[in-house]
Amino acid sequence: MRQTRSKNVGITLFILLLLTPVYWLLNMSFKTNQEILGGLTLWPQTFTFDNYAVIFTDPSWYNGYLNSMLYVSINVVITLSVALPAAYAFSRYKFLGDKHLFFWLLSNRMAPPAVFLLPFFQLYSSIGLFDTHIAVALAHCLFNVPLAVWILEGFMKGVPREYDEMAYIDGYSFPRFFIKVFLPMIRSGIGVTAFFAFMFSWVELLLARTLTSVDAQPIGAIMTRTIGASGIDWGVLAAAGVLTIVPGLLVIWFVRNHVAKGFALGRV
Amino acid sequence: MSLTLENLSRTVDGVDYVRDANLTFEAGSFNVLLGRTLAGKTSMMRLMAGLDKPSQGRLLYNGEDVTGQNVQRRNISMIYQQFINYPTLTVYENIASPLRLAKMAESEIDRRVKETASMLQIEPLLKRYPLELSGGQQQRTAMARALVKDATLVLFDEPLVNLDYKLREELRAELRDLFRERQCIAVYATTEANEALALGGTTTLLHEGGVVQTGPVMEVYRAPVNTLAAQLFSEPPMNMVRGRVTDTEVTFDEYSHHALTQELEKLTPGDYWFGIRPSHIALVPTNDDDLEMSMEVALSEISGSETFMHVENSHFEMVMQLMGVHQYHTGAPVKVYLPINKLFVFDKDEQLVHTPSRVAGGAV
Repeated sequence: MRQTRSKNVGITLFILLLLTPVYWLLNMSFKTNQEILGGLTLWPQTFTFDNYAVIFTDPSWYNGYLNSMLYVSINVVITLSVALPAAYAFSRYKFLGDKHLFFWLLSNRMAPPAVFLLPFFQLYSSIGLFDTHIAVALAHCLFNVPLAVWILEGFMKGVPREYDEMAYIDGYSFPRFFIKVFLPMIRSGIGVTAFFAFMFSWVELLLARTLTSVDAQPIGAIMTRTIGASGIDWGVLAAAGVLTIVPGLLVIWFVRNHVAKGFALGRV
Repeated sequence: MSLTLENLSRTVDGVDYVRDANLTFEAGSFNVLLGRTLAGKTSMMRLMAGLDKPSQGRLLYNGEDVTGQNVQRRNISMIYQQFINYPTLTVYENIASPLRLAKMAESEIDRRVKETASMLQIEPLLKRYPLELSGGQQQRTAMARALVKDATLVLFDEPLVNLDYKLREELRAELRDLFRERQCIAVYATTEANEALALGGTTTLLHEGGVVQTGPVMEVYRAPVNTLAAQLFSEPPMNMVRGRVTDTEVTFDEYSHHALTQELEKLTPGDYWFGIRPSHIALVPTNDDDLEMSMEVALSEISGSETFMHVENSHFEMVMQLMGVHQYHTGAPVKVYLPINKLFVFDKDEQLVHTPSRVAGGAV
């Protein structure tokens, strides 16, 4: 009994420690700038929603969120629709160089994104994709598609080939089998993959910031440009930070069951 | 309605999965493919189903060439060793799925699903999901799905291997009954000689991708064409001893001499292989002219209410299948008796030349 209690104490302390920065961010977002700069207060003395109001009323702020959400969504859709057939091919067929190709896909993740910055920038500028949502979504595919193929392939390998054959014998055509039978069987894997694609695309800043200027500027970029004539607006910045965490929380909430199952079944 | 395999071969990376198979299966027949693992049973079924393409040869349905036809366009069913059902569909929807794809009327689907489910005794489970069921029930569901659509060809790929002994016997008996009335071609692959005997029908012996022998089960069992067939269709494999026949006596491995009696008198002098089933060797003589041999116990394993005893001497070794539980210490000397009227004889090319004749109508 005593042992469980001391364990609980330990884990509580650990979680508190982990949550301190998050709490501090939340704390700041409800304070006025005077209070933030004034001294140490553990909770807001003058509680205010003004910081949030700024973000929700100023288009240059909320457009940042809309831009981010848009290119992240596009990225997740592209990633899944490309990676699903690719992973199926890797899991089911033998073809020339399949193993090398599979490893090469993965090795794409070994290069830092900065390496691809210049080629992307030049290429997108010259074909008129610069500062569009699709540009960022495509650039993020470079990292997300290989990872997605890798995760999905693990899930698909776990489904015996006999299921495919059974469906054909029953009369399913390939597309119908794939959508009606196969995808439901690996939905945990799809959930996990979508989650990873979302996460990488949502937190990635370097490419997103470089490939956009105004129309498709992500929230991360806007947050770094809040230094006005009156100095840094700490409160609004903190509120923006809190709002940036929220979509991640929502996604995790929706896929939490699949992710837990997915982590156990898949390779990641 | 018949299915014909014409010089059918499948070679993958230089390995013969199926080698020049020529077989015909008639409608309403129950056919057992018997062979060890890697004998080509599954490969042959996959060719019949159209899941794999043959490297050579043709596949004919009623004389019509269907070699390259898509599996979706053939009216077949297959039941796998693993329990393969749609995990996201209920048992009802699982069974209904081939009918739905055939765009059958809802009332007809309902009638057929219920009928098939009651045949396989899974009616109470129709609303459940496959993964909530026991192994036997899952396999029943798979069978129901295979039977519901009146396929012209039903393939069973060792369907009972993953079930426990009791369940296996039960399902096997049911299966045989289910097919008695049907006008489809049933093909059933197994590694167990006993299962082939229990199922009856036509037996085809396979070995390393090739057909060794095919015919009505009792014919194949009683008159195996060669030593290989004899060993395949016997569990444990038939004992083979090399022997030399002279005008008056037979010598096993130039060691054990016996007078020629009974049917063996007809054998012309020369070298032969003598085969005897493990269950026919006894520890006590049953006839006056039984061949007596002094052996040593090499290993005695008890399996249920039977004992498998491996005996050997410096010249040959044999396996005996004894009823009841016998315990012998390794190295113990025993005398074993081979009834002459139970001996199979093969010539030196291992082809059958003599079957036990006294067994007509009796147990072999």
